[in-house]
Amino acid sequence: MTSLASVPTTAGATLDVEKLRADFPILSRTVRDGKPLIYLDSGATSQRPRQVLDAERHFLVTSNAAVHRGAHALSEEATDAYESARERIAAFVGADYGEVVFTKNATEALNLVAYGMSNALTSDDPKAARFRVGPGDEVVVTEMEHHANLVPWQEFCRRTGATLRWFGVTSDGRLDLDPSVITERTRIVAFTHQSNVLGTVTPVEQIVAMAKAVGAYTVLDACQSVPHAPIDLHALGVDFAAFSGHKMLGPSGIGVLYGRRELLEALPPFLTGGSMIELVRMEGSTYAAPPARFEAGVPMTSQAVGLGAAVDYLNALGMENVHAHENTLTAAALEGLAGIDGVTIIGPRNTESRGGAVSFEIDGVHPHDASQVLDDSGIAVRVGHHCAWPLHRAFGVQSSIRASFYVYNTLDEVQALLDGVRRAQDFFAHDGVSL
Amino acid sequence: MKLETMYQEIILDHYKNPHGKGLREPYEAEVHHVNPTCGDEVTVRVHLEGSGADAKVVDLSYDALGCSISQAATSVAYDLVVGHTVGEAFDVLSAYQEMVQGRGKVEPDEDVLDDAVAFAGVAAYPARVKCALLGWMAFKDAVAQADDNAPELEGQR
Repeated sequence: MTSLASVPTTAGATLDVEKLRADFPILSRTVRDGKPLIYLDSGATSQRPRQVLDAERHFLVTSNAAVHRGAHALSEEATDAYESARERIAAFVGADYGEVVFTKNATEALNLVAYGMSNALTSDDPKAARFRVGPGDEVVVTEMEHHANLVPWQEFCRRTGATLRWFGVTSDGRLDLDPSVITERTRIVAFTHQSNVLGTVTPVEQIVAMAKAVGAYTVLDACQSVPHAPIDLHALGVDFAAFSGHKMLGPSGIGVLYGRRELLEALPPFLTGGSMIELVRMEGSTYAAPPARFEAGVPMTSQAVGLGAAVDYLNALGMENVHAHENTLTAAALEGLAGIDGVTIIGPRNTESRGGAVSFEIDGVHPHDASQVLDDSGIAVRVGHHCAWPLHRAFGVQSSIRASFYVYNTLDEVQALLDGVRRAQDFFAHDGVSL
Repeated sequence: MKLETMYQEIILDHYKNPHGKGLREPYEAEVHHVNPTCGDEVTVRVHLEGSGADAKVVDLSYDALGCSISQAATSVAYDLVVGHTVGEAFDVLSAYQEMVQGRGKVEPDEDVLDDAVAFAGVAAYPARVKCALLGWMAFKDAVAQADDNAPELEGQR
C-alpha cells in the first residue's frame, strides 16, 4: 500500500485548509448513514463558501431590483452591485470591464459566439462581415473538448456549410498539434484550456500563434482553468473565452463570456429583446454596445453578485496558492493511484502542465459500481463520460471515474479515495463475492 | 449496510456469469439502447412466435457494455422472459419498473418478480434506476418493433 507520507507536500503551507473549510457549511454534513462528506467532484460543480451565500442574501434583502431599468434607489443600488461584480470578475481574468458578458452558463457563452458568428451571414451590419463563414471554410476543435465546446461548432458547421476538423489526442493525454490541421481555410479554432477529463493543460499561446498565422479567431473553454490557476486572458491572446460561475465557488445560473472589445462590438447579437437595444422602431432596431448588446432581458443579479464575492474570496486566498495546493493533491492522487494494481490513469501521469482532474479506470469494476462503493464511504466522484464522449472513445474507454480537487480538499481525502478504490476492488473481486 | 442491500449476491452472480449473453439468430427485431449519462450500451434481439400478448418469447439475445446493475438486470430479464408469453413478460416488467422507480415505497411482489426482486435495493438509489431498466426497456422496444400487435405495457410513465 502506498502511503501518502512519501509524497513531498506543501499542502497547508500555502492555504490554511482547515480554516477555510469552516467557510463551507456543506462540508460538515454527513452522507449515507453518518459518513463525513468527502467532496471530490468540484470539476462538475464546486461548493460555495458562506461569503458567497451571504453576499447573495445581502443583495436580495437590501437591494434587489431589476438592473438597468428604473431610476429608483433600489434599481440604482442593484445596477451598481451588478456592474461592480462585472468589474471585479473582469479584473480577475485580466480582462477589461466591457469585455465581460454575463450568460446563463459557459455553454450559453460558447453558443453565443457560435450563433453570433453565424448570424453574421444575414446581418446587414458591415462590421459583422468579418465573421462570415461558409462552405470551404474550416472550424478546428480538439478531440478532448467537453461537448459544450464541440456540439455548438458541429451545429455551426451545419448552419454555415463550413467543415469541422480537429486535433487528436496522444496516448499520454496531450494534444497532437499536427500542423496540417490548421490551414489558410481555418476561420475559428475552439479549444479547451484544461481538459475536464484528463486534467491536461493545453499550450494556449502556441495554438493562438498557429491560429493568428492564418487569421483565425480563437475561442477558449476556460471552465476548468479559471477556477484553479491565475489566468490572464489578455496575456493568453485569445479572442473569446468562456467560464462558469458554479465551478469557481460561485452560484449556478451565471457564466461569463470574454471577448476582445473590438470583436464584441462587431459580433451580431445572439438573443434579442429588452436591454440589448439602442433604438427600436416598428420597422427594425439597432443594438447597444457590448456588453449590454449580449444581455437581453432582465439578467441574473444575485448570481452576479455572488460570483463577484467568489472572485473576492479566491483573490484573498491567492490564485497561486490555490494552484499550488491543488498541485499537491493531484501529485498525491497520481502517485497513490499508480501504486494500485489494476488502476489505469487516463491522462498525464505527472503534474506537469496538468490540473486537478484525475480520471481513471479500475480493471473489472465498472465506474458506476466503483462510484457506488466510494459513495458508500461518503466520497463523491464523477462517473460516466463527463460530457466528453469522443475523448473516451479515443482512449477506447466506455466511461471513467473522475476525482477533482479544489481549495477545500485535503491529503486525508485523497487517502480516503485510494482506500475507497481498494474497497471497490475487494467488493467486486473476480475471485469471489466478498460481501 | 445499504451497499450490500443493493448489490445482492444474486446480482453479483449474474454480473460475473451472465445468462444468455451474446447475439443470436434468428430474430425479428434488434434494438440498441444507450444510457447517455454514463455511456452504457445494450443491443437486444428478440425472437417471437405468434403475435400479441400470447406470442411466445423464444429467445432474447443481447450484447451489453455496462455496470453490474445493468448487466445483471439484462441477464435476469433473459431468465424471466424466455419461454414465456409477451403478456407474462410485460407483467413482470411492469411490476419490476414499479418497484425500481418506487423510491423504496413499493412492496415488491416476489411471486411475479422472481429473481428480479433482488433489484429492490436499486430503488433507494435514483441515479441507478436507469441502469436497472436499460436491458428491460430495450426488450420492450424490440418486442414493439417485432410485432405490430404487441400489447401496451401497463403502468408506463
